[in-house]
Amino acid sequence: MRLFSKPSGLTLTKLASGITAASAMVLALGANTAVAKKFDGVTVNVMTFTGPQIAEPLQRHAPEFKALTGATINIITVPFSDLYTKLLTDFATGTNSVDAAVFAPQWMVDYAEPGYLQDITANVAQDEALEESDISPFFRSFSTQYKGKNYLLTLDGDFHMIYYRTDVLKAAGLTPPNTWDEYLAIAKAVHGKDMNGDGKPDYGSCISKKRNAQAYWAVMSIAGGYLQGEGTKQGAFFDTKDMQPLVNNEAFGAALHIYKETSKYAPPDEINLDVGDTRGLFTAGRCALTIDWGDVGPLAADPASSKVIDKVGAAMLPGSTKILNRATGKLETCTTKTCPYAVDGVNRAPYAAFGGWSGGINASADDKVKQAAYEYFSYVSQPAQSNVDVTIGATGFNPYRLSQFSNMQGWLASGMSKEAAENYLGAIKDSLNSPNMMLDLRIPKNQNYQQVVLDTAIARFLAGEIDVNQTMSSIEEGWNELNEDLGKEEQLKLYKATLGL
Amino acid sequence: MSEVKQPKVGFAQRIDQLTPQLLILPTVLIILFLAVYPLLLSAYLALSRFKLVSGGFELKYVGLRNFKKLFSGSQQYHFLGTFGEFLFWEWLIIGFFALSFCYWLWCYFRSGTVSVIGTIGRSITVIVIMMLTMLAFSVLNGSGYPGSLMVTLFYVFVGVSIQFVIALGLALLCAQKIRGKHFFRMAFFIPIMVTPVGIAYAFRMLMDMSQGPFAPIWSMFGLAEFSWAADAWLARWVVLIGDSWQWIPFLFMVLLAAIENQPKEQVEAAQLDGAGSWRIFKDITFPSIAAVAATAVLIRLIEAFKIIDLPNILTNGGPGIATESMTLHSFIAWRTQDLGGSAAVGYSLLFVAVVICVSFFNFVGQRTAAKGA
Repeated sequence: MRLFSKPSGLTLTKLASGITAASAMVLALGANTAVAKKFDGVTVNVMTFTGPQIAEPLQRHAPEFKALTGATINIITVPFSDLYTKLLTDFATGTNSVDAAVFAPQWMVDYAEPGYLQDITANVAQDEALEESDISPFFRSFSTQYKGKNYLLTLDGDFHMIYYRTDVLKAAGLTPPNTWDEYLAIAKAVHGKDMNGDGKPDYGSCISKKRNAQAYWAVMSIAGGYLQGEGTKQGAFFDTKDMQPLVNNEAFGAALHIYKETSKYAPPDEINLDVGDTRGLFTAGRCALTIDWGDVGPLAADPASSKVIDKVGAAMLPGSTKILNRATGKLETCTTKTCPYAVDGVNRAPYAAFGGWSGGINASADDKVKQAAYEYFSYVSQPAQSNVDVTIGATGFNPYRLSQFSNMQGWLASGMSKEAAENYLGAIKDSLNSPNMMLDLRIPKNQNYQQVVLDTAIARFLAGEIDVNQTMSSIEEGWNELNEDLGKEEQLKLYKATLGL
Repeated sequence: MSEVKQPKVGFAQRIDQLTPQLLILPTVLIILFLAVYPLLLSAYLALSRFKLVSGGFELKYVGLRNFKKLFSGSQQYHFLGTFGEFLFWEWLIIGFFALSFCYWLWCYFRSGTVSVIGTIGRSITVIVIMMLTMLAFSVLNGSGYPGSLMVTLFYVFVGVSIQFVIALGLALLCAQKIRGKHFFRMAFFIPIMVTPVGIAYAFRMLMDMSQGPFAPIWSMFGLAEFSWAADAWLARWVVLIGDSWQWIPFLFMVLLAAIENQPKEQVEAAQLDGAGSWRIFKDITFPSIAAVAATAVLIRLIEAFKIIDLPNILTNGGPGIATESMTLHSFIAWRTQDLGGSAAVGYSLLFVAVVICVSFFNFVGQRTAAKGA
């Protein structure tokens, strides 16, 4: 069994150039040490999850920011599964040991609604260095705004995509999958072949299926194409008429079936792998297919850790030729009415899973600390920093600025070939521009809906404790229970608001 | 007969009489504050729904709803497990257990030492053990699936039994006059000195089939592509082995001390009389260490109910919920802001642990100690 993954990403070259640049900046500023800086003596405690992703760039930029402004940025890390609660508890109990945090924009609703997060609308409006208009409109709204106000600064852009081994598929005479059935067929066809030349059989598909990790996003990625056909506003989690969960029907059943079926062509301990592990396996050349966020592109191009340089393709999530009839709960063949955005009869719903790590500020922090925190997040998000960060796999930051899609220079400098960069960015752009993009859940207590109810049911399903029908009933029961507890009408209203209805 | 006048007790004398109580009062108050207050607060939490609101939190009284959720609601599968159909032979065994308990109670009523407390205690013991037995048959017979309660009992009973047998064996060996026995004592003792989280991570490394230190050995046996973490029972056994690795030293240490303090004269006399090792162990060693052994097992039982580090770090409670103990169940509920649910699991754990440990103390520990004496 494999429980450990090698953190991959930063190359020595990149690190050296980063350190040189930072040192030069520090030295240059050192000449003026006598001059008082704007935030001298100010310490900002920033909480995020244990890296190396996300924490790495935040820690790396902290000394640079201190040299520029005098503010000490103290990065505190906690396990991902604890992050939501730690922040909520800290804010709500008035402990306020955390001045700012980098977390999932989905959780913004739980933090912004009771007033724990600082409204930064005015700061953003006055911040020219941020170049906000360069940030993709989707991330600008979904990842930063709640009820028309800015509460977060986006540092990352997240989409689920599939990655495939171009050489393996070519050798097998296969093309990238358009549907999930094709995904399974490819995984089956290449499973057991030696894909990295070490003489050992490798795997057709590697997907994170560990409990309390990222499994629930992967299953929704598969379900999206079966659940949502009429565009983003249709939503894929609940029926917008009555808040009925869309998890107990033939569409979700088909997704669960495919999800479990992929395990047949996967590492034996896939049930215990998180994305760090699957990324390690994929870049080590051990998997033909994987579902992941944008991180795999730069990681696969990193000569320090990757054995699959220029052998990786990225594509929008596959879809389905069938779509859910929400009235009957049955799957029906796509028509121009039910799947208006289908291409060649295949309906795809690229999933904006997670949304992208974003920074928010504790409204109860000291004014000077709040200002320092804002300027720090702005500094990290500014093109000079973020355009480099998104090309480094270990940062966990993926492209979210329009210039990052159009300007190839940074990607080529990172070691990616032009073809690989165009393919990678093309897949993200396709997902981002899709009119049938599937939004992640952003209603109050979404963490309970997904990270607790959905994740536990999926874990039990994968472990063989319950079958497809029991899994669907379990999720439906749990989600309905939460709807009742939190107020069904209120949750429906907020759900519709997130879809723009 | 003339009445004997009692001398009047003065204020100073009263104070003198109360001095011991007054001196221990601060300690008692501190203990009450530290132990009873959290217990009462968590009892209230178990009957409430916790909600964070701006500037603090809100507790809404919901009665027994959190317990209902665990025993018959949406969390039943998680706590009690998924029930399967009883088989005929299982009914027979349950019937046998029921008859045995009835006989035990009948013997008690005929003993002439019946008391109200004794009757209530025995009744609770019988009811709880019967219910746990029925639950065990229902969730472990193939058609059902155990929840965190039964998984905890597996760690407690199977784990502590295995640990006791191994620890006793090691203690008997180390009590012999063998070369290097001090080294072995130290070596066996090391795991208990390491923090439980450290033990869990170390064990996680050891059990990594493809990258751990034993990977070449697993590979040699064709097990490199095998994953114990994907199989519910294998995962439970791995957790149990890790727990045993950590806790055998505790039992070993206590039993070794007890064995070394057994009456040497009796052993030597038995040896002179030609008694064999087994006979000496059965008739001299075991009775003399029984009281200490029972106490050590009781302490271990109490600790075993609280297992959390190993399943949390080794398997994250998985696959599914296969290795989730009640403490981990409670912790996961707490982590997701379900403080009422978490407290309800905690109280259920407290109830089961108290009934089993008190029963063990009363019906096994005291009798063993009496026999030993």
